[in-house]
Amino acid sequence: MLPDNLREHPVAAAVEAFDADAVTGGKYDREELTLETPPAKIVSVCGFLKYDRKFVRLSTVTAVDRYPAEPRFEVVYHLHSVEPCQRLRLKCRVRGEDPVIESVTSVWRSADWYEREVFDLFGIKFVNHPDLRRILLPEGWEGHPLRKDYPVTGARV
Amino acid sequence: MSAPETPEPMGAAAEAAPPELGPRRMVLNMGPQHPSTHGVLRLVLDLDGENIVNSQLDIGYLHTGIEKEFEVKTYQQAVTLTDRVDYLAPLSMNLGYCLAVEKLLGLEIPPRAQWMRVMLTELTRLNSHLVWLGTHALDIGAMTVFLYCFREREDILRIFEMFSGQRMMTSYFRIGGLALEPPRGWHERLKKFIGVFPSRIDEYEDLLTKNRIWIGRTRGVGVISLEDMLDLGVTGPMLRAAGLKIDSRKDEPYSSYELFDFEVPTRTASDVYARYQVRMEEMRQSVRIVRQAMDGMPSGPWKAADQHVVLPDREKMKTQMEALIYHFKIVTEGFRVPEGEVYQAIESPRGELGFYVVSDGGPKPYRVHMRTPSFGNLQAVPKMVEGTLIANVIASIGSMDFVLGDTDR
Repeated sequence: MLPDNLREHPVAAAVEAFDADAVTGGKYDREELTLETPPAKIVSVCGFLKYDRKFVRLSTVTAVDRYPAEPRFEVVYHLHSVEPCQRLRLKCRVRGEDPVIESVTSVWRSADWYEREVFDLFGIKFVNHPDLRRILLPEGWEGHPLRKDYPVTGARV
Repeated sequence: MSAPETPEPMGAAAEAAPPELGPRRMVLNMGPQHPSTHGVLRLVLDLDGENIVNSQLDIGYLHTGIEKEFEVKTYQQAVTLTDRVDYLAPLSMNLGYCLAVEKLLGLEIPPRAQWMRVMLTELTRLNSHLVWLGTHALDIGAMTVFLYCFREREDILRIFEMFSGQRMMTSYFRIGGLALEPPRGWHERLKKFIGVFPSRIDEYEDLLTKNRIWIGRTRGVGVISLEDMLDLGVTGPMLRAAGLKIDSRKDEPYSSYELFDFEVPTRTASDVYARYQVRMEEMRQSVRIVRQAMDGMPSGPWKAADQHVVLPDREKMKTQMEALIYHFKIVTEGFRVPEGEVYQAIESPRGELGFYVVSDGGPKPYRVHMRTPSFGNLQAVPKMVEGTLIANVIASIGSMDFVLGDTDR
């Protein structure tokens, strides 16, 4: 459900018109639009935004660990449309136990490395990713450093 | 990671490569210690003779976990981390981070601080482009340009030292304004530099622009289409060299860039030579911006008035109890930032630099993500060098102007 104060916003309204179940929440805060999407819908929503709303660029994909809250992870996508200059944040909440989400590499090829980074540092798996491996850390590394339960210093136990 | 004698092709390349390589096929490991990769980038090239069939990039050798480190530093302490990401454009990094946090705080920055920021980030752009030009030319075989560029870079570093006390890791922009009052005599010093610098750009152009060897090595090399670049996450001068007029300073102005008069140079050839032309023109435009900032520098305070965020003046601390208390509070526990999240994009010398800062209301960032331009740009390397000669790889990756610290964070 789109919050009432966002109905005026053209992009938010367009996404809801495209698929009423695709928006589960959102906000317009500090001149930035955030829309929340169920993980199952992410590829179709991204495809719609890229081809119908000119969000030709995927700026970045990252995640936020809300440990110990559940669903634990937020996967965050920053989209950018060049003409007109517009930005949009998409958010998917993913559970903490064996986190999985569909890859958007089929929509933007740039998602390849961005998703590998999230996989590497948060341990979130991207289904249908062409080459899901660690990217920043060595292959044999244990654990995912940007998780909140991963210590900053000291020996890992 | 132990390096096997013949490196195994990785990931998709391993599947794509035929099980038996013919007599002309070989897999070549370039880097991570190759001098022309400017840092520790490893390229695994699948070759047919001298032609590149396929390539894979291996990054991460310089990963330092800076995003994790942000979460245990107070907001103000974390400024020093940003310098170390893109160490050739430290002030751009400072600016991106400070703007993001200031957006969360809703902090008003006085005009003098904003103009100082514009002036110094443009000097940083000159600094970064000079290192790029010098090393890029050196890779292609033009040795002299390197020495010329570093001569001028030295002047810029001395100016940074004058302002901040540091040549490279300046940390001169702080949340709320600047770290120190601009030093006495900065105007004369800068005027002298900016007076001669345009003639130096002419000197570099004399050495390269019509140089037959330079043109032969760069024109028509490393061509990649605009659509591919947008899709692969490339930003900055690379896009502008393909004809797209995209620049955050114009499209979504920050730190009062809207008050400055400058052009966004573009070319359409999208080859190494076009990127060279774009960056040279950008240097001239940066000089224009620095001149305007110098001449029109507003007077007034150089840091915001919010006493909860900005440290009080030394004089006030000695005479006012309240100022001393605020100083103590800010230094010992930092300031609290309202809950929320922002994404602030700026135009760094390399492209779109974005800071995604999430606050949970505490004195330390809950999460900071850096969208660094080098990381996005490097994804285009395999597409760019596919089917070309191995000698062109050096020119192609040099034209991207990446910094490995910026890639690996």
